[in-house]
Amino acid sequence: MANFWNKFTIKQKLAITAWLFLAVPLVFYITIRFYPTFEAFYVSTLKWNLLGAKKAIGMKNYIKIFADEDFWLVLWNTIKYALVGVPVSMLIAFVIAYWLNEIDFGHDFIRAMYFIPFLTTAVAMAWVWRWFYQPLPIGYFNTMLSWFGIPQQPFLRSVTQGLYSIMAPAVWAGLGFQIVIFIAGIRAIPRSYFEAAEIDGAGRRQILREITLPALKPTIIFLTVVSTIGFLRIFDQVYTMSADSAGGPLNSTKPLVLMIYEFAFDEFKLGRASALTVILFLILLVVSLVQLWLMRKQK
Amino acid sequence: MKKWLKKVFALAIGGTSLVWSGLAQAVEIEYWQYTYGSRVEAIDKLIESFEAANPGITVKHTHFPYADYRKKVAIAVSAGDGPDVVQLYYGWLNDYREGGLIQPLSSSAFPHAKIEEEFFPMVGTMKVDGNYWGLPTAVRSLALFWNKDLFAEAGLSGPPETLDEMVEFAKKLTKKDANGNYLTVGFAVDTDGQDHHWWREVLIRLYGGQPYSDDGKTVAYTTEAGAKALKFITDFEATHKVGSNGFMNRGQDAFAAGQAGMVLDGSFRISKFAKTEGLNFAISELPGHDGNRFNFSSYWVNGISSKADGEKKAAAEKFLQHITSDEAMQLWLDTVGELPAKPAVALVDANKAHPLYGPFIRGLSYANATAFVSEKPQRQSLIDAYDMVVLQGADPMAALKKVAKAEQEVFDEFFGD
Repeated sequence: MANFWNKFTIKQKLAITAWLFLAVPLVFYITIRFYPTFEAFYVSTLKWNLLGAKKAIGMKNYIKIFADEDFWLVLWNTIKYALVGVPVSMLIAFVIAYWLNEIDFGHDFIRAMYFIPFLTTAVAMAWVWRWFYQPLPIGYFNTMLSWFGIPQQPFLRSVTQGLYSIMAPAVWAGLGFQIVIFIAGIRAIPRSYFEAAEIDGAGRRQILREITLPALKPTIIFLTVVSTIGFLRIFDQVYTMSADSAGGPLNSTKPLVLMIYEFAFDEFKLGRASALTVILFLILLVVSLVQLWLMRKQK
Repeated sequence: MKKWLKKVFALAIGGTSLVWSGLAQAVEIEYWQYTYGSRVEAIDKLIESFEAANPGITVKHTHFPYADYRKKVAIAVSAGDGPDVVQLYYGWLNDYREGGLIQPLSSSAFPHAKIEEEFFPMVGTMKVDGNYWGLPTAVRSLALFWNKDLFAEAGLSGPPETLDEMVEFAKKLTKKDANGNYLTVGFAVDTDGQDHHWWREVLIRLYGGQPYSDDGKTVAYTTEAGAKALKFITDFEATHKVGSNGFMNRGQDAFAAGQAGMVLDGSFRISKFAKTEGLNFAISELPGHDGNRFNFSSYWVNGISSKADGEKKAAAEKFLQHITSDEAMQLWLDTVGELPAKPAVALVDANKAHPLYGPFIRGLSYANATAFVSEKPQRQSLIDAYDMVVLQGADPMAALKKVAKAEQEVFDEFFGD
């Protein structure tokens, strides 16, 4: 054995050792991540209820999905979650991070307060928010509105307000993470830039516009992509907060992932669910590729 | 071979076969249901009496939360694991049958003539393709729960007997603050609860229609009767303003909190309300219309899973006979509060006159069970139609046509191939 091992050069030995260690996560990824992903492509061409025989039906699942009015509504909902949720959450997070960076007193405490929701179970938090949104006499928000003489709002029971009511706790939960990343980004900008700008007589606004924001570009791109993917995959909040977990009223709050879940585990239409998964996968892939492309331009 | 060696062999073989025969006598079967305090207790009692009567058979009782129930059963049985006898909602029968999760009950252990003679006629929904696929221990029906204190306060002496009276009473029971916000709703309408059954099997029929065609393959509620029924149920919130869907989160919560004059629910809710301190309630039969009454009944059945064969199947059949016996049904009523599935047990005077169970049991005699293809999307029909009318101001008939199209697709997909 020792003889055999000694035949290799040191470089080869290092490579072999490295691959031995890499083999564990590699096997894990191939069997737990990649294989099921490719399996989903295959299942998406089947009619299969998890138990009975699998029946190959080609592209029929996709044809059915694209002909389904609800799919387009659900896709639009999903895009709305990302399109509104990402800019709103990033703007709030940046403003908080920017000012939080300026203060020393209570900095850690406040940062921790913002971070706690990120660590909290989404389901528990969503349930609390669900109760906040209830009508009088038990709803917290409606009680507050009534103090100021503002009429009651239906919130979750509305086709127009429902989606944003569910988005709010999702934005809130993600803030802590975004703030921490923003602060790290701001602190990584060399102090000398700011000092030079100050000596040259640049104002606070000018520094923000000309130095802070451009220097934060990689941070902003990273956060945009991560939170876009996060909002496109929203599930827990909708499942918990919509009545009967159905993404209602009238599907107005239902995102793609919930639709996938319903097809797979309520109706046991595994083929249709897999086809939807493939569609979601492609959307997320495009988002990630755009990120890679943007990051490459940075260098 | 040496003699002693032969002896050792003989002993070894004898010993092994003894152990084998011992194992063969002790059959263990598994029973699955979802976790619900009194149901678990009732099955534990039934297992105890079954094991005492059938030495050599043991029953392992497994239960887990309702939320995961269907998924776990489906995955376990398809993997050749899981229960031998399994509890399922009657509305899931088609899903389970199509999925190959359960097997038909053998007509030798469960003669069809005997089932049809002994059980309530709605158990007939369990007969598909000439076979029975499951049998209930208990059945459920709907009734009207009303808050006695709120009724007395509003000057009402008894429950509404007709739909018109129900609306009139609800108006009297409703209390609002200065800004018009509900403090107490007259009727706690709740489309996520039992109200879709009420609309489908009671209201539509009271207005002279029927929800589905006789063969159960076509949606038949896009008629004047269907629209009238939808209008009746949405009017509580939209027109009369005596209730709000989702008030206090759920109708049952509003009623338990003493902030709803009336709510519609099943007999399984009695124990919750009975335990609620300070809630003074009574139960009556569902209001009628034009001299007619209808009710909806549903039930959970026990089926034999497709994995059970050989002696396990024989043991499973014995256990199924045991838990659908007359004694089991009375025990189930006393422990769980669900109604016996056989008229001979249910319709005895003591049960019919029972102040809490009586209205439910009397309702059974004019009840229909819906032959669901898939309950969840079918339930969504009423939820969506209701929201279209109440939240979007749609015309009831237009809303019905929309949801009927979606529901018909569920039928077509199921019966199509």
